[in-house]
Amino acid sequence: MAAKRSSQKLRPIITEHWDDPNLFTLAGYQKVGGYKALKAALKKTPDQVIELVKASGLRGRGGAGFPTGMKWGFVPKKGDKPRYLVVNADESEPGACKDVPLMLADPHLLVEGVIITSYAIEAKEAFIYIRGEVPEAVRRVSWAVKEAREAGLIGRNVAGSDYSLEVTVHAGAGAYICGEETALLDSLEGFRGQPRLKPPFPAVAGLYAAPTVINNVETIANVPFIVTNGAEWFRGYGTEKSPGFKLWAVSGHVERPGIYEAPFGITMRELLDYAGGVRYGRDVKFWIPGGSSVPMLTAEHLDIPLTYEDLAAAGTMLGTGTPMVFDTTTSVVKAVTRWLEFYKHESCGKCTPCREGTYWVVDILQRFEQGDGKKTELKLLDDLSNQIEGRSFCALGDAAATPFPAAMKYFADEFDLATKTPVDKTFDPAATMLKSPVAV
Amino acid sequence: MTPPANSVSLPNDIDKELTTIADRYTHRRSAILPMLHLVQSYQGWVSPEGIEACARVLGISPAEVSGVSTFYTMYRRRPCGKHLIGVCTTSLCGMLGGDAVLQDLREYLSVDENGDSPDGMFTVEHIECQAACSQAPVVTIDWEFFQYMTPWRMHEVVADLRDGKEVKPDRGSTVRGFREVEKVLAGMELTEPTQPAVDDAMLAGLMVAKGKAKS
Repeated sequence: MAAKRSSQKLRPIITEHWDDPNLFTLAGYQKVGGYKALKAALKKTPDQVIELVKASGLRGRGGAGFPTGMKWGFVPKKGDKPRYLVVNADESEPGACKDVPLMLADPHLLVEGVIITSYAIEAKEAFIYIRGEVPEAVRRVSWAVKEAREAGLIGRNVAGSDYSLEVTVHAGAGAYICGEETALLDSLEGFRGQPRLKPPFPAVAGLYAAPTVINNVETIANVPFIVTNGAEWFRGYGTEKSPGFKLWAVSGHVERPGIYEAPFGITMRELLDYAGGVRYGRDVKFWIPGGSSVPMLTAEHLDIPLTYEDLAAAGTMLGTGTPMVFDTTTSVVKAVTRWLEFYKHESCGKCTPCREGTYWVVDILQRFEQGDGKKTELKLLDDLSNQIEGRSFCALGDAAATPFPAAMKYFADEFDLATKTPVDKTFDPAATMLKSPVAV
Repeated sequence: MTPPANSVSLPNDIDKELTTIADRYTHRRSAILPMLHLVQSYQGWVSPEGIEACARVLGISPAEVSGVSTFYTMYRRRPCGKHLIGVCTTSLCGMLGGDAVLQDLREYLSVDENGDSPDGMFTVEHIECQAACSQAPVVTIDWEFFQYMTPWRMHEVVADLRDGKEVKPDRGSTVRGFREVEKVLAGMELTEPTQPAVDDAMLAGLMVAKGKAKS
């Protein structure tokens, strides 16, 4: 199906060498041009690197899409406090599966990006906070840091320059909330990972109350390419407001789930096509462009260009840019219930609306799953979602308030049906599975 | 609290090892997560004894350490079996087969209400999203990664572990045991990776793009 397409939209840039069996080693990475960008960056002043990234228009890949260069520019360079770079490698968003693969396939790309970014913001210390549940990523990034240190790329006088940098790899211990940047900082300081009230923003008072930049893994991985090829080259991909390319990690009911790298502006229909389409030739029921925290869309929306601006106009968000696809065998009530169970489990408990709200929403949704919901409770669920949204310190509350109203917008009849019939009766769980539940 | 019968003691020089972790950080309290991982690498859980050791080394109260350790799901409050099996049941994994794998595995291993198998080999639990949705349904064994899991493949893996055979996950390092992997997370074991940790899903787009380049 995909082979008939005349214009190839996939552009493997970050992923270009992922099939190289030696890429994960320092020698393998250098063989494909690794650490040349670092040397080029060190010939510029730190402010020139910041200006370059500003000019590229690179936006954060962790979900919020904030302009990266601008974030770096917020860090005050005067004053006696140290400055820190903290890499958010705590990938945990349901649907997101791009940062861990990047760390496994090409750990030195992350390390090179970390050194360049630290140089730009004039940080002497950087931390890579990796999700604890992925020891293999901890192993590989730790080893890459060790190799880079031994090669003189980390430590005193980075690559023979006047600049010195220490990099620490730090494993988390299981908490989705630590992907929220201020919760991550609290966790890294040795506390329970609970979000902080902003302002002050981390750029001013972050790690140890010092100026801190927190960037996502994929964001950092773009930096060496921008340094090597320039801002104009980068802007040659994507759109004006969404420049560059993206690791679109496609999951769910597709023939070939996985990472498809392409510029912003590709559509879900095109991605589906590359991924071999919906399995067994079935139809899309609903899909979510960027993690369970953003509103779902349906088959009507497959031709929307995947950009920050176009998805916002369609009432959703790009988020992590990792689409999950569900076919017609899926119970939307069950999917929403599971996501809410996730948010309930991961709510850190700091803010009452999120902590208590998710509890009640799950309590009600579970009854719908059993076919025991009441019609009046649909209004209550809507009310609860409204009471959670915008009333918590961080975006976890807003995220928890997202799946139900979005599902009701398109599939109200299914919730109606779940007042009478258990969802497993309406949708055979065996049909939704990847493989038949019986061995053949 | 009396430690459970199957709990082992911490080594006598635990403070020394914990101190080496704390010394890595300018702000020593930052070491608390890796220190707790080290405690688990010896005991398979965070015991009151372990909490006190961390508090002693950091100069903070045991209540502070306990407050941190109970916040994070990877820190266990009772001893874990030799292998910790986590089955993802968040929306996508659950519906793509994780629910069936978990239900089947619990019966297959006859686990008790704590998820422990009678022989102490396995602790089974449901886990939340591992952010590997392209490989759903996902199972982790001692946090090593298994993809596209089915009940029958799970039986084979479990049998191999019981027989002491080498079990390789779908990407990454051989399964060794829950306590062993905690040492990695404590930053106390650094080994050179020798093989790529790349799977088909990670290369999906690259392969399509390359295939086209040829035609």
